[in-house]
Amino acid sequence: MTRISLNSKKIETIKEICASFGNKPSEIINILHKVQGALGFLPKEVQEVISEEIRMPVAQIYGIVSFYSFFSMKPKGEHPISVCLGTACYVRDSEKVLDEFKRQLGVGIGELTDDGKFSLDCLRCVGACGLAPVALVGEKVYGRITPAQVKDIIAEYRDK
Amino acid sequence: MEKMINLTIDGIKLQVPKGTTILKAARSIGIDIPTLCHYELKGQGIENRPGSCRVCMVEVEGKGNLAAACATNVSEGMVVKTHTLRVIMARRTVVDLMLSDHPSDCLICPQSGKCELQKLAIDLGLREVTYAGEKSEYRIDVSPAIIRDMNKCVMCRRCETVCNSLQTVGSLSAIDRGFKAVVGTAFEQDLSKSTCVMCGQCVQACPVGALSEVDNTRQVMSAISNPKKTVIVQTAPAVRVAIGEEFGMKPGSRVTGKMVAALRMLGFDYVFDTDFAADLTIMEEGTEMLQRISKFIQGDKSVKLPIMTSCCPGWVNFFETYYPDMLDIPSTAKSPMQMFGAIAKTYWAERLGISREDLVVVSIMPCVAKKYECQRDEFKTNGNPDVDYSLTTRELADMIKLLNISFSDLQEEDFDRPLGESTGAAVIFGATGGVIEAATRTAYELFTKKELGKVDFTELRGLAGVREATVDFDGTPIHIGIAHGLGNARKLLDKVRKGETMFHAIEIMACPGGCVGGAGQPYHHGDFSKVEKRLQAIYEEDAAKTLRKSHENPYIQSLYKDYLGEPCGEKAHKLLHTIYFDKSAKIEETEE
Amino acid sequence: MPDNTFYTEVEPDDAKEIIESHIIKGEKVERLLYLDPDKMQHIDNSKDMSFYKKQLRIALRNCGFIDPENIEEYIAMDGYKALALCLTQYSEQEVIDIVSASGLSGRGGAGFPTGKKWAATARAEADRKYMVCNADEGDPGAFMDRSILEGDPHSVLEAMAIGGYAVGANKGLIYIRAEYPLAVHRLQVAIAQAREYGLLGDNILGTGFSFDVELRYGAGAFVCGEATALIHSMEGKRGEPTFKPPRTSEKGYMGKPTNVNNVETYANVPAIILKGADWFSSIGTADSKGTKVFAIAGQIKNVGLIEVPMGTTLREIIYEIGGGIKDDKRFKAVQTGGPSGGCLTEKHLDIPIDYKSLADAGSMMGSGGMVVMDESSCMVSVAKFYLDFTVEESCGKCTPCRIGNKRLYEMLDKITKGKGTTEDLEHLRNLSNVIKETALCGLGQSSPNPILSTLDNFYDEYLEHVVDKKCRAGVCKDLIRYEINPSACIGCTNCARNCPVEAIHGERKAPHSIDQEMCIKCGTCLTKCKFNAIRIL
Repeated sequence: MTRISLNSKKIETIKEICASFGNKPSEIINILHKVQGALGFLPKEVQEVISEEIRMPVAQIYGIVSFYSFFSMKPKGEHPISVCLGTACYVRDSEKVLDEFKRQLGVGIGELTDDGKFSLDCLRCVGACGLAPVALVGEKVYGRITPAQVKDIIAEYRDK
Repeated sequence: MEKMINLTIDGIKLQVPKGTTILKAARSIGIDIPTLCHYELKGQGIENRPGSCRVCMVEVEGKGNLAAACATNVSEGMVVKTHTLRVIMARRTVVDLMLSDHPSDCLICPQSGKCELQKLAIDLGLREVTYAGEKSEYRIDVSPAIIRDMNKCVMCRRCETVCNSLQTVGSLSAIDRGFKAVVGTAFEQDLSKSTCVMCGQCVQACPVGALSEVDNTRQVMSAISNPKKTVIVQTAPAVRVAIGEEFGMKPGSRVTGKMVAALRMLGFDYVFDTDFAADLTIMEEGTEMLQRISKFIQGDKSVKLPIMTSCCPGWVNFFETYYPDMLDIPSTAKSPMQMFGAIAKTYWAERLGISREDLVVVSIMPCVAKKYECQRDEFKTNGNPDVDYSLTTRELADMIKLLNISFSDLQEEDFDRPLGESTGAAVIFGATGGVIEAATRTAYELFTKKELGKVDFTELRGLAGVREATVDFDGTPIHIGIAHGLGNARKLLDKVRKGETMFHAIEIMACPGGCVGGAGQPYHHGDFSKVEKRLQAIYEEDAAKTLRKSHENPYIQSLYKDYLGEPCGEKAHKLLHTIYFDKSAKIEETEE
Repeated sequence: MPDNTFYTEVEPDDAKEIIESHIIKGEKVERLLYLDPDKMQHIDNSKDMSFYKKQLRIALRNCGFIDPENIEEYIAMDGYKALALCLTQYSEQEVIDIVSASGLSGRGGAGFPTGKKWAATARAEADRKYMVCNADEGDPGAFMDRSILEGDPHSVLEAMAIGGYAVGANKGLIYIRAEYPLAVHRLQVAIAQAREYGLLGDNILGTGFSFDVELRYGAGAFVCGEATALIHSMEGKRGEPTFKPPRTSEKGYMGKPTNVNNVETYANVPAIILKGADWFSSIGTADSKGTKVFAIAGQIKNVGLIEVPMGTTLREIIYEIGGGIKDDKRFKAVQTGGPSGGCLTEKHLDIPIDYKSLADAGSMMGSGGMVVMDESSCMVSVAKFYLDFTVEESCGKCTPCRIGNKRLYEMLDKITKGKGTTEDLEHLRNLSNVIKETALCGLGQSSPNPILSTLDNFYDEYLEHVVDKKCRAGVCKDLIRYEINPSACIGCTNCARNCPVEAIHGERKAPHSIDQEMCIKCGTCLTKCKFNAIRIL
């Protein structure tokens, strides 16, 4: 028997979102988008509650969450950093920029720093190919960055 | 009239109905195209056909790429070549890739010799892995009944399909993607912590050693070797019509006598029959059924109907997990295996004058879930289980082979008494509809106080997934529902829950075909005709019995007289009935 | 500016001058005008810029010219006139006939004739049908669809309604990447406005035809660009492709006949209806009609979106529209078709761009990504980059793609690390060929293209990696090291100050040296040195 405990307010939020999509299993992707938007990420307790609400096996929900890269079971940092690895950025050396972020933050892709300040991800093309290579901190776009600038970019947010 | 399509396969011209796949067309003329992911339970509405393993590739004239035979329908004038060098090279590369992400411990793999991937590698003559590289790494998950070693998963999705479509259990799903994609449980948790009901159909479906049953043969052999222990064995009805297949005999061969002889040779002190306990089950369940129905007919509103059978452990797990609101509907009677264990460890131990700890009860079951059932706490006394070990039909065959017993040459022998005597009613427990037919034979006579003219209730037989029939109890119509396969059970249960149909009694078996199609039976590799032949053999076995009704079993009669008292009486209740638990997922709300 | 004046590199501070001088006084701000790289002259009218001269905008006709959040501006550009024409003047079959006759084909990659697709969906009998727009632009380095949806969302809505009328569908679904928030917003606004104006919804323009559009969100899976995978994703499943047939036109979303086209394909439709099939089919080549939008990026002077008639050569795009290679380096390769395409070289520059020519050359049209590379790109690494993408984005369903592409990647990785053998090159080719002919879906079948095309066109470079253990582009870290030429180094300390790992040591005004143990080969020092003292060995 599975026992799940979760904050009652979060359960309420999840139930409302599921209900807004008629508790239909075919709406699972829309539901996951909304729930992730509301709660930040999709830990297993959250998936269990959704499973219960829309009567879809939790294994299938996990199968979907783990399939799509947009869904995350881990919390993001206060300042999520994403480095673009699209082709245009790649040919302009974005991999070196990514390596430098990894080195400076001491984390790998998809990981969170110990203090919870930063998380590092890579993404494929934000359509800002003209500014390649590009990195995002939160919503802010940094263009034409070199590995040497990485330290300064992180410093901007370190004490925010 | 079906439209017919003309085509040529390997130079042979043939005509097949429109909509036929190349694979089926080729097989219809005896050309074997190897497959891996394709798995069909014919007549049960289950076909796993993702077209994903890419083993069955063939050349179709005029088509640029190779075509997957399982996923390509024939078309007029099509010219197919199934074994050209181009095809073979592609198949070899595909299998090479599978092996490159597969452990090479075939020598000690539980599936060795039965593995479909191993067979492919042999048939294609692979001598090295050309494209070696990183291998997937997963933790091996050992549950009470099933071992999951996803390092061996080939992503054929057969288990996923049976778990979701056939059984509607939904414990398994494809997870992750790309090279990391694998079939797993939610959050890759242990099977025992998931919603799994241990029915084991995934084990029956798995072409490789990724899913296998827990092996208990070592413990059984060590118990037999221990001079301080008395080791007795009971065998379920479905085993005797299937185990012959493991020794090259035709599906549906009835080998009861040979099986008994083999068990004696293996060193069991007494060879008994679960069928004896099946007769006992009918006495208890039939009495309970009759009591409930009589009260209901008299207008007692506190009585819950339908009464549902409770012999199948996969089914019990299923309703405990998915229908916790209906826990008071199933019969409280234990399964025959557990009834046997309870009687053996009390009545029989007392007769032998030994402690229950010194008596080891082994069961041979067509089932994987029985391994879980015998470990349930409510079936233990002071930590000592009523049934110590449950082996599958396959494990028994392995032990017989291990001891170099020439099974087909054995002289037939008979079970020991008293716990080896049984009626035809007990035998049919192995087939879908059999339990309820057995119960009807007894309940009819007890209810009407008249002798049954014809014992064969053919209206309760067959392989349709959900069946309904009305039996005339001398003027009182009794409405009966039957389902096999848990997906069908769900359909029937949802009808009951909604109050759409009124049933007096329902029989449910977790596996397709009932126990003859059990997960612990010899692998049928998707050839469901084997299960159908076992089913026929069960009814032949029944017809061959002198006694066909459980209450006529003289040893059952004396067991009640000497030991148990009345059916559903106090002692019988204590030993032969059980309780059920709510195993559904529970969500707790917290403030923090 | 509306008068075709084109200012470049405009900073916020320049706005005042533009308004005061250009808008008020009518005098152009000379210093901000586009500078022609060849003639070194400022260009007064953007139509004279070679960037625009070769272009012809059909799909992008309104982008940048109208306010995408104002339906009236779209209507003013003849918007929804095509829909009205279809609903009132043409039968369903006539609409399909026009689209078929125009020669329009799928702009998402494979180039399947659009009219044929519509006809198949129209033929299928069902109580419900769906019109789906594939806006799951996943090709890394391409952003055509995003630009159209952000700049001209109504053109897509109108086309979907026209298609809906033609095939007998009353429901449209746009499957859009969740990573495109602005495009999502613009579409939401556009749908609301179109409903308000009675151009979507029940009984459109009083004709009795009803059609409405809903959005469905992607969740980050490249494979969902494949039609069957896209449909599974919309149904709330893992985005895994299934084998065809049945085609989506017979059995698609929720098991109903479904027509799937991509954004750019739809954007062409209203123009075709208004200007006629003959007009459209007069543009382009014998086999490929109309125009194609490309996103040009990489080591090229002018990056961005362009739309050119089919048949334009790569040379025209790269040198005339793109202005040539950045920093006047040597052109090395151009990659078209994204992860499904291939790398073309000098010898392919004069082939006309159309579906067949690109495929014959070992690449493909794809959705329109075009990345230009100069001699600083290592072709083995480029192939590895694409395979890394494919491995990451493979759905994992079929064996060749799930395991085969992983093995291809591993072999490329080995080669870039200097551990490859000539046998590996043979294995690369053999395995690529098997994946091509055995993978389940179109994406899997085309995934080895980046390897096969680079093996064909840059085999020498592969050989150098495996035999000489050299990377001529200086990209493969394990095959290079950075060194300071002591005779050229003046000890300015610029490299040492910028080195992120402090691997460069030396006294001021004395030659510096690089600690090879510490060096992470990021190349910062090379870009910082003003005296050409740092070299790659």
